[in-house]
Amino acid sequence: MDRILRSLLEWITSLKLTIICLGLAMVLIFVGTLDQVNLGIHAAQKKYFESLFVYWAPAVLPFKIPVLPGGYLLGTILLVNLVAAHATRFRLSWKKSGIFLLHSGVVLLLLGQLLTQLFAREGQMSIDEGKRKNYSESFELSELAIVDTSASDHDEVVSIPTTRLARGEPIVHPLLSFVVKPVRYFRNARLTSRAKEPQGEASLATEGLGPKVVTKELPVTYNPKEKNMPTAFVELSHEGKTLGTWLVSEALVATQPLSIGGKTFQMQIRPTRSYKPYWIQLLDFRYDRYTGTSVPLPRNYSSRVRLTNPSKNEDREVLVYMNNPLRYDGETYYQASFDDKTETTTVFQVVRNPSWILPYVSCTLVGVGLLVQFLIHLVSFMRKRTVPA
Amino acid sequence: MKKYFPHLLIVVCVLWLFASWRSPKNARGFNAEGFGRFPVLVEGRIKPIETAARNALLIMRGKQTFRQGATGDGKEIKLTAVEWLMDVVMRPSVADDYKVFLITNPDVLGAAGLDSTQGKFFSLNQLKSKAVDLGEQARTISSVAPELRNPFQKELLKLTGNLLLYQRLRHSLHRDETTEFSRELGLYQGAIKPGIEAVQNRQAGQAHNEQDLKLISDFFNQYSFLAESAYLYPVPHAMDQQWQTIGSSLLATMKSGTLDPAVSFYAAIVDTYRKNDVPGFNNAVERYKNYLESNFGGFLSKVQSESVFNHLEPFYKAMVFYVLVFILALLSWMTWSGPLGRAAFYLLVLAFIVQTAGLGWRMYLQGRPPVTNLYSAAVFVGWGAALLGIFLERLFRNGIGSITAAVMGFLTLLVAHHLSGDGDTMEMLRAVLDTNLWLATHVVVVTLGYSATFLAGFLAILYIVRGVFTAALDPLTRKALGRMVYGVICFATLFSFVGTVLGGIWADQSWGRFWGWDPKENGALLIVMWNAIILHARWGGYIKERGLMVMAVFGNVVTSFSMFGVNMLGVGLHSYGFMDKAFFWLALFVVSQLVLMGLGMLPLRLWRAFIEPAPGKKRAEEEALAAV
Repeated sequence: MDRILRSLLEWITSLKLTIICLGLAMVLIFVGTLDQVNLGIHAAQKKYFESLFVYWAPAVLPFKIPVLPGGYLLGTILLVNLVAAHATRFRLSWKKSGIFLLHSGVVLLLLGQLLTQLFAREGQMSIDEGKRKNYSESFELSELAIVDTSASDHDEVVSIPTTRLARGEPIVHPLLSFVVKPVRYFRNARLTSRAKEPQGEASLATEGLGPKVVTKELPVTYNPKEKNMPTAFVELSHEGKTLGTWLVSEALVATQPLSIGGKTFQMQIRPTRSYKPYWIQLLDFRYDRYTGTSVPLPRNYSSRVRLTNPSKNEDREVLVYMNNPLRYDGETYYQASFDDKTETTTVFQVVRNPSWILPYVSCTLVGVGLLVQFLIHLVSFMRKRTVPA
Repeated sequence: MKKYFPHLLIVVCVLWLFASWRSPKNARGFNAEGFGRFPVLVEGRIKPIETAARNALLIMRGKQTFRQGATGDGKEIKLTAVEWLMDVVMRPSVADDYKVFLITNPDVLGAAGLDSTQGKFFSLNQLKSKAVDLGEQARTISSVAPELRNPFQKELLKLTGNLLLYQRLRHSLHRDETTEFSRELGLYQGAIKPGIEAVQNRQAGQAHNEQDLKLISDFFNQYSFLAESAYLYPVPHAMDQQWQTIGSSLLATMKSGTLDPAVSFYAAIVDTYRKNDVPGFNNAVERYKNYLESNFGGFLSKVQSESVFNHLEPFYKAMVFYVLVFILALLSWMTWSGPLGRAAFYLLVLAFIVQTAGLGWRMYLQGRPPVTNLYSAAVFVGWGAALLGIFLERLFRNGIGSITAAVMGFLTLLVAHHLSGDGDTMEMLRAVLDTNLWLATHVVVVTLGYSATFLAGFLAILYIVRGVFTAALDPLTRKALGRMVYGVICFATLFSFVGTVLGGIWADQSWGRFWGWDPKENGALLIVMWNAIILHARWGGYIKERGLMVMAVFGNVVTSFSMFGVNMLGVGLHSYGFMDKAFFWLALFVVSQLVLMGLGMLPLRLWRAFIEPAPGKKRAEEEALAAV
């Protein structure tokens, strides 16, 4: 037992393992980059870098085979390997000071990236000129939003992630007096008006917009220019009695009204919203082009916005443009893009990343460590070089 | 004589450097050079007409000068880019016969009703009959996504794009039906007031002068067309993005009543050129130059400087110098090693100075740090390699630094030359790149890292080639090369890591995330990781000298993929990417490096350098090694 433990320890602290892992990481990154052409950046990131293994699922086999270690596995092994090696084999010395610095930086970098992948949240906020918004929307997640509009001065939103709809179990919530039971769920679907497709399959819906629409399931798309439209048929029941089946879909722009138990609701599937305690209003969007270009080349685009936070008594104007984001309340708003047809709608990338400072710290450590080590080498290199006779 | 050979060589080279300061005199006596130095706004940047002419010719013809072989009755035509442009813009009927469109794709030739027996250059007149058909084809092709187009489609679009460019150039100064532009302008000015009155009367439902109305409408339509289709924006303004086309300036005259002086000057230039009035033309050019000097002196001096830069062609000259350095250094290994070695080194330094001057000049003209696009990245990679090579040569004095710097300088400038075919290499930067801070830090540092990785790779190639094919890899040289490669890889690791990190910080400031796993980022990370693997493998004793060299050569593969391959991902894998020229050369380069790696991994007994040397020589080597 002792022998096995000892050789395991030797293996986990060995330089050979480091080199093998780095080599495998290179293969992973190379293959993952090529596969981005097929999958798009987000899906490729999940498959290769945010996973334990990369699988291959050939049609002939009923299961999938792991062919490469994924980002999380390799990252963990490298981390353990580095820390273990330092703990057991390395001896503190001035000559190796650079290496200590830079390795600690690498550890911090790996940890920081892990924290970012787990905790950072990215969304987008698109605002038309003159209008204002107090929420950002997720790029990939969607929710079934049931909004209680009974009160005149506020709305109460119950947000059901579409992943819950996929499970098929009835959903109960204290704020809702009725039960939502998903009957069918599609990750992507196409909706056409029944008037245009009278021969279409009969709808499972009995209430709302559903019956007027032909619903066809589509395969999940990875094309970065297309969006998946989560769609579901849900049966609502109040105090044991069924109220009917509704079609809900991200492809349906309009909300559907409900009147249940003396309250009014609006129901809709939409990108998952993250509400903020403040408002951002777009005052003016500017798109400056270079004059005299054959293909329009953007010189600068900028948004002048008004930030109002009633609870903190804040009301000020801010200019947001490329390389100059707005940082507020732990979130950062970057000028990401705009509606290129109307040029009056701005799109911000909204990011909350509590571990943002880690890459800066770790990179300083690694940079300084490399510089120190490099200088140590350079000095001894220049002392020992040969001049031919 | 031997002692002064290096100095003589440098003097000759410097003289050659400045020989092309001025362009050749125009055959008919026109001051084409003066005309070429007028500033115009093209593609968002204020540049001399000469640059616009060179770029247009480069895009259409593949070269910056125009030449047409002798035809039946005529002689051979040789024109500078400006002279060619002057004919296109002012004597289109003559220019339409110039064979300026380069077409080599057989299917495109077929679609244009031509064939390759007629050569590879064609004139507008030869293409006129099929122009409409080609336009139709282009329309259908544009609906196909760019990554999915086959070579025929891409080349056809290129041709129709060039035809469009030609037309736009043609309509840049005046409508080609104009007989006398200055007189027409006088007529126009006179027609404005009565014309506007007529329009207002008609709008108010009152009686109006039909003739006045028609006259002003004609002018309006013609100048609107000029305003929209012109490629050159020659009418100056204090703010660079507010320069105008002749057409839009003339339309503005309708409101202001006054003609912009620049328009009058250009009208005089056009008229005198068309009438073949050499003194008149030169006089008009001189007068406009004086006007610019007094009112827009800043723009004028900058474009004049760019004109000189165009003539001196520093990067082309540096390329030639690098070839000479290579030859001299190679010869110095066979004979006259002192003088030839020194000559090679001095010339290397001269080439480096010239390349530095070129880069610095570009920085002044653009107002930007040295690397702003792939072209300048390639030039900078060569610059960095030359700098490191000079450093190595100074330390080791054995010709290795010189040769490697020369090879890399030459190759990178050659690659850069091929990247310049799309037009202006000093193009304006899109919004996200409009930040001198990050261009100066991230881009410069990461490019130097790439530079160093390539240099290590080429030093390793030298080791392998010398070792396998010649007897010239003695232990002293081996040790020197080993130290050089190791040192350069350390440098490369530092710079590529810091550069990649600076990129992450820029991304964090600009897009909200430090690392997004996108192809360019991944490419940079691969280089850092490969350099790190080399250092770790050497430290662990898993590789010795030979292994270091083989791995360093693979660094060339990783870096070329990162610099060029990632740009092709949208192109190469979906479509007939194997036909794509750039992909082909990249693949060829990668294969060549793999072959060299294979050579490096041959058993040592097959290396010529490791065959037992003569006993006397062996003793001398051992003694020399012991002294190290």
